[in-house]
Formats: sequence, C-alpha cells, structure tokens
Amino acid sequence: MELYRILIGKPGLDGHDRGAKFIARALRDAGFEVIYTGIRRTPDEIAASAVQEDVAAVGLSSMSGAHARLFPAVLEALDKAGAKDIPVLGGGIIPAEDIPRLKKAGISSVFTPGTPVDTIINAFREACCQHHQQRC
Amino acid sequence: MQPAQLLEQLLERLHRGDSRSVARAISLVEDQTELGPAIMQGLDQQRLDTALTVGITGPPGAGKSTLTSALVHHLREQGLRVGIIAVDPSSSLTQGALLGDRIRMMDHALDRDVVVRSMATRGRLGGVCASAGAAMRIMAASGCRIILIETVGIGQSEMDIASLADITLLVLAPGFGDDIQAMKAGILEVVDLLVINKADMPGSRKLLLDLGRETANSDRVLETVASERQGTETLLERILAFETELRQEEEFKQRRQRSLNKETVDWSIELIRARLTDLVDNEFLTGLDQDPRAAAEQVLSDVLRNSLTFQR
Ligand SMILES: Nc1nc2c(ncn2[C@@H]2O[C@H](COP(=O)(O)OP(=O)(O)O)[C@@H](O)[C@H]2O)c(=O)[nH]1
Ligand SMILES: [Mg+2]
Repeated sequence: MELYRILIGKPGLDGHDRGAKFIARALRDAGFEVIYTGIRRTPDEIAASAVQEDVAAVGLSSMSGAHARLFPAVLEALDKAGAKDIPVLGGGIIPAEDIPRLKKAGISSVFTPGTPVDTIINAFREACCQHHQQRC
Repeated sequence: MQPAQLLEQLLERLHRGDSRSVARAISLVEDQTELGPAIMQGLDQQRLDTALTVGITGPPGAGKSTLTSALVHHLREQGLRVGIIAVDPSSSLTQGALLGDRIRMMDHALDRDVVVRSMATRGRLGGVCASAGAAMRIMAASGCRIILIETVGIGQSEMDIASLADITLLVLAPGFGDDIQAMKAGILEVVDLLVINKADMPGSRKLLLDLGRETANSDRVLETVASERQGTETLLERILAFETELRQEEEFKQRRQRSLNKETVDWSIELIRARLTDLVDNEFLTGLDQDPRAAAEQVLSDVLRNSLTFQR
C-alpha cells in the first residue's frame, strides 16, 4: 500500500486545536504520515511547509469562523508557492451556508462536527491518491 | 515530459535550491521510485564534500527540536543555508506516523534557506537510514552548508541513525534521560558532544554529576537553555571548531567513508529483503532445511553463488 504524507495546519488566531489534533491522530491511525504544524499559522507558513514536506494533501481546521477568509487564503498561498496542485480539505465549525462558497473557492472537501471520521479519512485517501497519480 | 528530461529539470532546479524540487527529490528516493538512484547519482559531489552533517539524538522531550531551531537561528545569522531532517517513529501496527517536530521550528517557516523535512522511520531502520542519508545529500546538493538530523531515542538503534552524521550530539535534560545511567561510562565514546539542556530547571546539576566526574568535567559537555538560546551560540562554535579539527586530520573523510559503508550495508539489506521473501515464499529453492537458521545459510549461499556466476 502506498504511504501518503499530509499536513494538518491550523490557520487563524484561536488556540483550540483539539479538533485538529483529533483528526491528525485519526489519520495517523489510518496509516497516513501526518505532519502537524501547530496553532496560529499564517497561510504562507502553511503553504511553505506543505511544499517542503512534499505532502499529497493539506487539511485545515478552524473553530473561530476564520475559515471564510483563511481557507481561501491558504489556496492562494499555495498557488503563489507554485503548489496549486496540492488539494486542500477543511473542517471545523463551519455553517452549512458557507460550504458551497468554500468549495467554489477550491477547497476539495469540507467537514463539520457531525461528519463521521471514516468519511474524513476516505476523503483524504481519495485526494492523496489522485495527487500521487499525477506526480512524477 | 520524458523521464530523462524530467530528471534533468529536477536536478537543475534542485541545485538552484528550489524548495519544491528538493522536497520532491527526497520523496522520489524515499518512496523507492525508479528515478531515485538517478537523482542520487546526479548530485554535485563538491557540495556533498563541503557540507557538514550533525546528528542530534536524545529522549523525547529533552529539547532536541528547540535546540535545533536555536542552532538554525545562529547559522542563519552567519548567512548559512541549513537543512533539517526530523525523524520520528512510524507505528509498527498501522504504518502511520504523527510528525510534530516542525511545531518548534516555525520561526523559520518562511525562510527559503531553511529546508525542513519530517521523516517517519517506516518500520525499518535500514530504510530510514537509507532515506535520511539520501535526504542529507539532496539538501547538501541544494546548497545547505549544514544539515541537522534529529532522531528520538538513546538506544543503540537510534544511535545508528545519528552515526550517519559527521558529528553526533546527545541531548539530555533533567527528568529526560535519567535512564541513560546504564551507559554513562561510555557516553562520550559514542557521541562527540553531550548537551545538558534545560539548565534552567532544578536537577540539571545533579544530572551532570550523575554522569560521573570524568564525563561532567569533559570539555565535550555543554549546558544550554535552548528555549532562551542560552549557550546555544557557544554550542555552535564548538560544533564548527570540531569540524575544522576533523577536516585537518583526515578523520573527516574516514568518518564519511564509515557512514557510507554503513548505508551501503543498510541498502543491501533493504534491497535483498524483498528478493529473499520472493525466493523463499515461492519455493524457488528446493530441499531447504526445516531449521530456519540452517535454511537461511542455504538460501544465502545460493543467492550469493548465483549472483556471482551471473556476474561472470
Ligand atoms: N525550561 C526549559 N524548557 C525547554 C528548554 N528547551 C526546550 N524546552 C521545552 O521542552 C519541551 C520539549 O521540547 P522539544 O524541543 O519538543 O523536545 P524534543 O522532543 O527533544 O524535540 C517544549 O515544551 C520546549 O519548549 C529549556 O532549555 N528549558
Ligand atoms: Mg522533537
């Protein structure tokens, strides 16, 4: 089985990383190599780290409502870093009406507190698999 | 693009220090893809020769990542490009890993001349030695003057990883590494420098004394408060002075050669494992002894004999 590397980042100013850590551990237990960058990261820091770690996907967590601005900002930062191809998934306390806008901006999957862990894991696996297929 | 073109482009960008290419090259080697060996053979040998690799090992929580970040700070003040490889164990059950050393190094996240790579052991020690060795060389070829490699643990196997480096450093702290007692007599025979970190914490003095008078009084033992960057500049000076010393005495080359030999053995084991499994599982070899040890001797002699005749 192929090993996938992913980066879990937490943009924004809130310090609640329980959700991010929970997902990071769940993904590790599902067989991913998970790089965790800690709380309060800027979009540029997340993008630069994703590039250096050559991850197949980035997962973002937001609990404070910062997703609307910061998730798309991470996509922009990745684009600027020449890594537009890395898929970005996001989760946290995200109102249903925001989801279509995030997806339209390019976030490939959006998870809310009600999403089953297996769904999240499968979404990451899918995204990584696609990314690996196009990499040289 | 054709593979040959792709390879050429990757190597060209890697030598210019392009982050993405450096990172991708490491992955292609780590994942044992077909391009891997060609990448390694295309690296600028002169840069590999001038680079210094430093292994930093010690128990979890002793402050290795914080210390690494402090060393990077001082190295950047001198304008030197730095590489960091942070190795953490994979779960033997799920193959997964949680790699969190980066958290302590985020001060440098936007600095293009600080190349950080987190790496999981992927279950096989030979494997990680091989991958970490390759990553060191790729970073060196990309222009890193110094490469720091952080590994957890104080056991023999972790020492193995650190011994890939030109200079090794053991980090202990009060409450972290008391179990090192067992090997205290020989610490300075195994590592070049011993760092007692968290010198701001009670128990630091005692830890030093517990290591025995000879060790405690050695000029190869330093105290630091990595989180405050206290003593870390001195530590860097010592590392660089030690490098100069080694390079003057030819010992540098000998150490390099020893590491390369070790990596060669690790790679050989890595490569032969799959072939052996194939041979034994598929019963290509008949008449094997029922005793595994004896059977193994038979298998090995067969494999070696065959490859020798194959060569001729
Ligand atoms: N008091 C004190 N804490 C430190 C020092 N160096 C590191 N730490 C803290 O020790 C903890 C573990 O550090 P880390 O660098 O992650 O250790 P590692 O597991 O060896 O890489 C962190 O909370 C650091 O902030 C130090 O010199 N003094
Ligand atoms: Mg660490």
